[in-house]
Amino acid sequence: MIDPAAPASAPAPGLQRAGARLPIAEYSRRLWERRWFAVAYANASNSVGYERSFLGQAWQLLTPLLNIAVYYLIFGLLLHTNRGVPNYIAFLSVGVFVFSFCQTSLTSGAQAITGNLGLVRALQFPRAVLPLSTTLVALLRLLYSLIVIVPILLISGEPVTWRWLELLPAIFLQALFCLALSFTVARIAARVPDTTQILPFVSRVWMYMSGVMYSVQVFAQGHASWVSSVLTLNPGSVYLQLARHAVLVGSPAPLNTWLIAAAWAFGGLAVSYLYFWRGEDQYGNV
Amino acid sequence: MSDALIDRPAADETEAHEAVAPETVAPEPTVVVSDLHLLNRIIGKGRRGGGAAAAARRLLLREQAPGQRSVHAVRGVDFTAYRGEAIGLIGPNGSGKSTLLRAVAGLMAPAQGAVWTRGQASLLGVSAAMMGGMSGDDNIVLGCLAIGMTPAEIAEEYESICEFADIGEFVHLPMNTYSSGMGARLRFAIAAARVPDILLIDEALATGDARFRRRSEQRIHELREEAGTVFLVSHGLTIIRETCTRVIWLEDGRIVLDGPPDAVVDAYVERHENGDRPPARRAARARR
Repeated sequence: MIDPAAPASAPAPGLQRAGARLPIAEYSRRLWERRWFAVAYANASNSVGYERSFLGQAWQLLTPLLNIAVYYLIFGLLLHTNRGVPNYIAFLSVGVFVFSFCQTSLTSGAQAITGNLGLVRALQFPRAVLPLSTTLVALLRLLYSLIVIVPILLISGEPVTWRWLELLPAIFLQALFCLALSFTVARIAARVPDTTQILPFVSRVWMYMSGVMYSVQVFAQGHASWVSSVLTLNPGSVYLQLARHAVLVGSPAPLNTWLIAAAWAFGGLAVSYLYFWRGEDQYGNV
Repeated sequence: MSDALIDRPAADETEAHEAVAPETVAPEPTVVVSDLHLLNRIIGKGRRGGGAAAAARRLLLREQAPGQRSVHAVRGVDFTAYRGEAIGLIGPNGSGKSTLLRAVAGLMAPAQGAVWTRGQASLLGVSAAMMGGMSGDDNIVLGCLAIGMTPAEIAEEYESICEFADIGEFVHLPMNTYSSGMGARLRFAIAAARVPDILLIDEALATGDARFRRRSEQRIHELREEAGTVFLVSHGLTIIRETCTRVIWLEDGRIVLDGPPDAVVDAYVERHENGDRPPARRAARARR
């Protein structure tokens, strides 16, 4: 909190208030100047994250593979949520990988400020670098996971088509949305430390609502119309559907799904960036 | 213009020393601190009621978490620093030296009062960006990016950073294989690569051998000439005497004395070496 009684004008010409929040344009310019730092910091934290395990970087691929195996066992073989889905293993794999990008952004975004307090307390730079960097790490993991996803798709009998290229805009929009998510939770978690404890529940509920292991369209039939509109507006399921329409056999993604995806991405990013920026001068006081 | 060297009467002792007139004709203020109060938020250890439901309620109702307290680390500090000064901050542990530096660097918002600076003040704190699992050269790149250098500038400075750190082939090994002195050298070399307007150093010279200490003192001297103003927090009173042109003595978040190094350090030593602690300090200890 800035004391309102403090002098508003500089005591001598040329002096600026230390730690004052910069105007949004200047802030964004400095954020752009630090883009290489965001990339380097993302790379460094990604590689350091695995250094204490025997298998090292291999976990980037093993973790999602194991996840798919577990979900397939429980939802495909035991609970039969695969009704109405022709190629369930491919459907599930795409769902798990794409949704885990959102999930990772959410949980690591909450750590963006609180997990880097040393940095926040020592160096002056636009703090938006940190959520940007955690989102980049999550994006990097999604891209790595394509190494696993493509063989699964091919082995389970999905043909390679031009429509696979739709993955590029789909992932791009999802990345913007995930960045928005990180900005939002980064500020909340910096203010309320307990956010980290509560997020796993939020992210699990969100996963069950997003149709990672079942088809939202099939499920929505036979429910009230508001249920189906909540399910189709939910950004988690929107990005899943775009990815699935791109790589699985079937109809192309409807235009309104693309529009909802773009609205969440650009609208969410604009709002969350402003929200994050407004907290800028308080992050060091955590 | 006011004197660069201001003596303050201490709370209970130490009369003002002779103020020396500043050598420059019109000293240019670089840092103005006025009536500064800083609070350090502390989240209580071992507090109860940390369940998910309680957390949810706090999230929704924006309640303060139980056990959250603040420590009033700096309580009403005023001073003005001028171009060309190297100011030493001394005081016992917990007197607010590091917190004050963080506020000057703009890393912390004041609870009351304000800090004004000419240009950007940078804390020599690059170590926070560096990662022990990565090699020295990767860390040089990461550290330099963290303090705001561009890739082109880093390529230009890389050789001189290695040379200054003087760690030889170790630069290709992970930093967690370094001795503490080598780590400190590399960190100082990176941090000193860019000349900030106002340089803030917090205990950075505590480690490192005599040769490195001499060279870093030399570098601080250069930075002071290029940069403008240097702040140095240290418990090493010899370093303070040798490198600083002015010393501020903090105790319990307040300035006890502000003046020429020898005078302030002598008074500080006299009080603390004799074990004669001020009453306020004793009371604070009893509370803990």
